[in-house]
Amino acid sequence: MNRTKGDEEEYWNSSKFKAFTFDDEDDELSQLKESKRAVNSLRDFVDDDDDDDDLERVSWSGEPVGSISWSIKETAGNSGSTHEGREQLKSRNSFSSYAQLPKPTSTYSLSSFFRGRTRPGSFQSLSDALSDTPAKSYAPELGRPKGEYRDYSNDWSPSDTVRRLRKGKVCSLERFRSLQDKLQLLEEAVSMHDGNVITAVLIFLKRTLCKEILFRELEVRQVALRHLIHFLKEIGDQKLLLDLFRYLDRTEELALSHYREHLNIQDPEKRKEFLKTCIGLPFSAEDSAHIQDHYTLLERQIIIEANDRHLESAGQTEIFRKHPRKASILNMPLVTTLFYSCFYHYTEAEGTFSSPINLKKTFKIPDKQYVLTALAARAKLRAWHDVDALFTTKNWLGYTKKRAPIGFHRVVEILHKNSAPVQILQEYVNLVEDVDTKLNLATKFKCHDVVIDTYRDLKDRQQLLAYRSKVDKGSAEEEKIDALLSSPQIRWKN
Amino acid sequence: MRYIANLVNADKLAGRTRKYKVIFSPQKFYACEMVLEEEGIYGDVSCDEWAFSLLPLDVDLLSMELPEFFRDYFLEGDQRWINTVAQALHLLSTLYGPFPNSYGIGRCAKMSYELWRKLEEEEDGETKGRRPEIGHTFLLDRDTDFVTALCSQVVYEGLVDDTFRIKCGSVDFGPEVTSSDKSLKVLLNAEDKVFSEIRNEHFSNVFGFLSQKARNLQAQYDRRRGMDIKQMKNFVSQELKGLKQEHRLLSLHIGACESIMKKKTKQDFQELIKTEHALLEGFSIRESTSYIEEHIDRQVSPIESLRLMCLLSITENGLIPKDYRSLKTQYLQSYGPEHLLTFSNLRRAGLLTEQAPGDTLTAVESKVSKLVTDKAAGKITDAFSSLAKRSNFRAISKKLNLIPRVDGEYDLKVPRDMAYVFSGAYVPLSCRIIEQVLERRSWQGLDEVVRLLNCSEFAFTDMTKEDKASSESLRLILVVFLGGCTFSEISALRFLGREKGYRFIFLTTAVTNSARLMEAMSEVKA
Repeated sequence: MNRTKGDEEEYWNSSKFKAFTFDDEDDELSQLKESKRAVNSLRDFVDDDDDDDDLERVSWSGEPVGSISWSIKETAGNSGSTHEGREQLKSRNSFSSYAQLPKPTSTYSLSSFFRGRTRPGSFQSLSDALSDTPAKSYAPELGRPKGEYRDYSNDWSPSDTVRRLRKGKVCSLERFRSLQDKLQLLEEAVSMHDGNVITAVLIFLKRTLCKEILFRELEVRQVALRHLIHFLKEIGDQKLLLDLFRYLDRTEELALSHYREHLNIQDPEKRKEFLKTCIGLPFSAEDSAHIQDHYTLLERQIIIEANDRHLESAGQTEIFRKHPRKASILNMPLVTTLFYSCFYHYTEAEGTFSSPINLKKTFKIPDKQYVLTALAARAKLRAWHDVDALFTTKNWLGYTKKRAPIGFHRVVEILHKNSAPVQILQEYVNLVEDVDTKLNLATKFKCHDVVIDTYRDLKDRQQLLAYRSKVDKGSAEEEKIDALLSSPQIRWKN
Repeated sequence: MRYIANLVNADKLAGRTRKYKVIFSPQKFYACEMVLEEEGIYGDVSCDEWAFSLLPLDVDLLSMELPEFFRDYFLEGDQRWINTVAQALHLLSTLYGPFPNSYGIGRCAKMSYELWRKLEEEEDGETKGRRPEIGHTFLLDRDTDFVTALCSQVVYEGLVDDTFRIKCGSVDFGPEVTSSDKSLKVLLNAEDKVFSEIRNEHFSNVFGFLSQKARNLQAQYDRRRGMDIKQMKNFVSQELKGLKQEHRLLSLHIGACESIMKKKTKQDFQELIKTEHALLEGFSIRESTSYIEEHIDRQVSPIESLRLMCLLSITENGLIPKDYRSLKTQYLQSYGPEHLLTFSNLRRAGLLTEQAPGDTLTAVESKVSKLVTDKAAGKITDAFSSLAKRSNFRAISKKLNLIPRVDGEYDLKVPRDMAYVFSGAYVPLSCRIIEQVLERRSWQGLDEVVRLLNCSEFAFTDMTKEDKASSESLRLILVVFLGGCTFSEISALRFLGREKGYRFIFLTTAVTNSARLMEAMSEVKA
């Protein structure tokens, strides 16, 4: 400080605001005295009788704090809004020289202090429910404007400052200029556990410290660091965030943070360009592959989309006429793109961008997934031959055999979902290996022949008999069952 | 904030002068003020805080309606809501007297507790001399028990939440439920007589109960046939309204049940539950993994697939690297490559992790446990688990007997333990912890469990207040869930209360379920 002590004393003593002495205890005591004087002198301002009651309640006889809190207990409700008021009351600091102001600078009369100012929709209802006293006199709620004018003293310790911040009061952090003070303030904030306070201190530090120092100090303070990262994310300060990650050598988070930005880009071309820039970033090995795939996929989708839109509007292609597209393929997942391609471009050769085989090769789609998707697409189009072709392979002797990487029960379900004709269903139900599943599905989907044949193979007469009642009377199936039942060649189990 | 700033600045540009008021609920953050200042509108708007922090959703359920708590704290590590929680606790203690006994587990619980104690000290004198009405408080972090939150719910209220989404205690029933053209918003709480009887029941009981009630109702209606004028007048003036009300509620709930059953059959719910139970019990892990793989391949639902993967990861202490890579790739292919970000989030939150090499417990463990007796298997599991770091679910499960041994059928109509909320397969971990701590009135004997949970715990008893507490109040327990609480847990604890003679009051930052948890972790398309 530049001034001499004598000057300071004079300065402070001449000031209207009397809230500063070097001695802490004196501070409080003198303020209490002031307050007592102030409140007593307030009686002159007050007109209403009601206020008298309130004043009495707040009379400073004996323990001031005690009487306040006593009065608070008496009054109803503990709404958060009055909470603040009470806290302001409690905190000695707020009771500075009200009386010395010639006229209340706000328009609130004294009575409004002692009667709860109805904050919009505050805990009125809960309070109502809780207390019986209809005339709600909350503890003196001194209103924020008052607080802001009044207690403009600056000399609170870090712990006091932090406490004030937690209560949401105005508090200038400017006086914490030395690095040591700043760090002490931060430490206090962290030990308070309130994230809002920590962020407030960080906002101040961000403004008043160069980033290298800030990063260096936060590197060893994990809690504060997390808060800073979250804060930067929320306000969208991407640049500083990336700098921070770079400093901390958190390369993967750096890459992810950069990548996240792509969600904000709507235009497909621009997004594609952006994704290209993401490819070289320090992702982990697998993630790099994913990013590459993302880029390639979007690139493809743009091409396919442009092409197909053209085809569709030209109106020449049958498939587009019969099944017009409901949505664009842009930004769809790979499997959806594959489905689309199997739907609209199934027969295309490998060379084109939109052929399914091309997609399969480019993105290394596993057989299982491919077959599943192709099946779903062709079944939807009721292209049963294509479905057959999917599963038919020739073995080395030239015999065709049906195999599936996904389990035929799954195949049957998908076929059924797409209302496949019974013959087709039957064929595939027959291919299910597990007998119980086979029977279940066959019964569920009414593939009678399969059921009959299976029971015959199991030599289960009882079940066959039971099933007879489920088939239509006089149908071919019934005859078949009868023929089997009366056949002498079969040695039934039961 | 920026949105508001844009509005105001646009107005300014257009030359419109208006007054602006912004009301922050439940609290205003300094970051918000900063943005207002930055955007140059700080002087143009007046700000107000509406500290509305507790919403009573039901007679025993208080919600703070802070669903963002989960993501803010458990993903981003931001402690901004701890003050709000402490304020809420403070509010309760001023209303109901000081809490003589406090217990808690989890870092956030500890911090909230400490901040709350600071608040209490500062406001000293308010609660002095008051008789405590709530005997015990229990604070619990959500990450102490992710498993319960991730399981499919099968108690009625939980199912309704999973299927229809209960928001702030009310639910929107669409036309398929109301059997009319309109959808109806229904308040679901203890006031709904029908609901209050079925809400905690296992779903298998509900339909039977409702049909029985429908029959009774019909019988009551039929009574009118034999009535004379006087009786009829009585009937109409007094009983008819109540009957009509009951009728309406019944038909709504029956409609809801039908809708639920339809959806579940379509989703192949049986299979899903079977897989979940296998994961909880630790059997057939490979089959469960292929089930999940298929689920992803078929593009069934991004949230469900994620949920199953997380369940697998937590119960197994992380996925084996091969599975992690392959499932992740398949997920990205099925649901979109931007979910790379989702996976990174889940990894950070500890929900979906990869086993570090050398961590592969399951294969060896399961082989060994098949060979040895139960007791020995438990010891071996413990030995293995002490090597692993993170979840340790199996060890905890064995220690706390979370998987009940059942001889014969588990009776869901007359449940005998809390496992009924998951069809007898699993006792919710969070509820079990609460049960044990309350029994012992401390954490004695639970050191192993705490160590396995990798959390900090605390217990604090204020004897002066305890003396003042009546025995009645000592049976009243406030359970605070930080990060969200599911209806299954609430039902389980209500059951515990009935068994042991406690009464539970629930305070949660928000009501949650597995879908909400997963959505909080997903990076949504902008």
